[in-house]
Amino acid sequence: MTKSRVNPVRGVGHMGRTIVSKNEIKWGLSVSLFGVGLLSVGLLSVGLSIAPAQADPVDDTLVIDGKEMITRTAAPEGHPFKEVLSGWLFRTEETRALEADSFQNPAMLGVDEGAEIWETVEGTAGKSCASCHGDAAESMAGIGAHYPKWDPETKRPVNMELKINQCREKNMGAEAYKFDAREQKALTSFIKYQSLGDPMSIDLSQGDMRAWWDKGKELYYTRTGQLNLACGSCHEASMGKMIRADHLSQGQVNGFPTYRLKQQGLVSLHNRLRGCIRDTRAEMPKAFSDDLMAIEVYVTWRGTGLSMETPAVRH
Amino acid sequence: MKRTVTKSIVVGCLAVLASVPVTVAAGGAATVAPDDVAFTDLTVTAPVSAPPGDPVRGAEVFVSRSLGNCLACHEVTVLKKELFHGNVGPSLDGAGDRWSVAQLRAIVVDAKKVFGPEAMMPGFYSNHVGLHVDKEHAGKTILTADQVEDVVAFLVTLKE
Ligand code: HEC
Ligand code: HEC
Ligand code: HEC
Repeated sequence: MTKSRVNPVRGVGHMGRTIVSKNEIKWGLSVSLFGVGLLSVGLLSVGLSIAPAQADPVDDTLVIDGKEMITRTAAPEGHPFKEVLSGWLFRTEETRALEADSFQNPAMLGVDEGAEIWETVEGTAGKSCASCHGDAAESMAGIGAHYPKWDPETKRPVNMELKINQCREKNMGAEAYKFDAREQKALTSFIKYQSLGDPMSIDLSQGDMRAWWDKGKELYYTRTGQLNLACGSCHEASMGKMIRADHLSQGQVNGFPTYRLKQQGLVSLHNRLRGCIRDTRAEMPKAFSDDLMAIEVYVTWRGTGLSMETPAVRH
Repeated sequence: MKRTVTKSIVVGCLAVLASVPVTVAAGGAATVAPDDVAFTDLTVTAPVSAPPGDPVRGAEVFVSRSLGNCLACHEVTVLKKELFHGNVGPSLDGAGDRWSVAQLRAIVVDAKKVFGPEAMMPGFYSNHVGLHVDKEHAGKTILTADQVEDVVAFLVTLKE
């Protein structure tokens, strides 16, 4: 009884609901803020005039699969904000509605694909994930809400993508997925979906997690690129403001992998982080590099208490 | 007060004339290199490039995502035909009343020298940049000296 959905509108229905103009599809790949790309003008936003569309996060309740999500909650001690806010509160009504309805959420196709991979035998050991872990709805319930975790073997934090790769290599005799392989995004989404609604929290008391948190914090406030901006310039100092057509959220990670309307597909966290860094006109760190793992640890902590929304829908 | 300001501006001008290595670009136009732009009392009095700024081109630089992209962070009523004005920074309506041309030039060249190191606005003609600048932009300023003068000429027209 895995919590996957056979989407009745698979393949057809969701297209009609994907509120993106041809233009946006075409230029959407160059999402960079100062990119050479042209506008990514979505139909969604054409109604906007000069005045900022929304000045503040909305006051709205997110219910997915009958469960109420925690989209705002008191921040953990030592946090720069009083309240942590899900990125969902910053999106337009149409985008919010897509996420709230799992039958419309185009990312559920990825979750379904992940469910199939879970059952698929691969590698020299002749096993599938299910051979050892059984029903993911039980074995993986609540697991994804507490990653990254300290890994005593490699003496680094591991995120879900890396943990999956470890199991594939060690336990299945299968190859590790390459970064952003379709299967990696699908399986990560499927596993994290088993934590839908669970409050996110990570254990900083294990191993050197504190030191990684410190490093992540330092990077969060380090300005990069020709534009000389840090994560904090946009997601802390300018939270709630409009940067061109984008309503700046707190940059929370509780919805990843996330379906991005602009990219028409699932986007992994490290892909998103690399995009944000590229937008400052800096070299992008490699996925799963020390820098990005440290940032993931720190930013996950910044969202402590928010419900897992994987797979969220963003613009 | 007023006297000192005037005096230092004059000194600033002289300093520019006396000591600033002026590069002569292919077109014959003289430009001041980014590190040599002289800031005096939060102003840059001397143009960074010889040809007078063109406000029409300046408006284009202001809007263009690959050039100034000023609209990403600022609202401007005269550009209301353009979609998506950000509000990370203040509205620039009336900027030409609030600031002198020398102050506007200083803000565009390096806003951090005017508003302090914490300012969010990028330095558009400055080598004071963040870490790990990508290959495409390494060693370059966001705007050229001519584009700075064009944008400044546009800002001057923003009167209320
Ligand atoms: C041969 C048995 C075996 C197979 C096959 C296997 N695993 Fe595992 N897996 C384990 C064991 C044992 C652990 C606990 C030890 C550890 O964390 O490495 C584990 C741990 C995990 C964890 C961490 C759970 C936690 O509590 O944090 C995840 C996630 C996971 N596996 C996912 C997968 C996925 C996805 C697959 C298929 C691609 C898979 N595993 C295949 C044996 C297996
Ligand atoms: C130039 C501004 C800017 C900078 C700098 C920036 N981001 Fe972003 N980021 C955005 C915008 C715009 C979005 C999309 C709208 C939103 O959610 O804020 C976004 C989205 C995100 C998201 C997805 C939020 C969600 O709800 O899905 C995360 C996570 C994120 N950023 C993290 C970071 C981190 C970490 C850094 C620093 C390494 C960073 N960002 C730097 C502008 C920026
Ligand atoms: C990333 C956001 C951002 C961009 C891009 C940006 N600015 Fe700014 N600007 C700001 C902020 C924020 C301030 C307020 C001071 C500060 O904190 O930097 C500001 C202040 C100003 C001011 C003074 C405002 C006033 O009247 O008090 C002017 C003039 C200005 N900017 C012009 C420009 C021009 C011209 C461009 C494009 C070449 C530009 N800005 C691009 C963020 C930005």
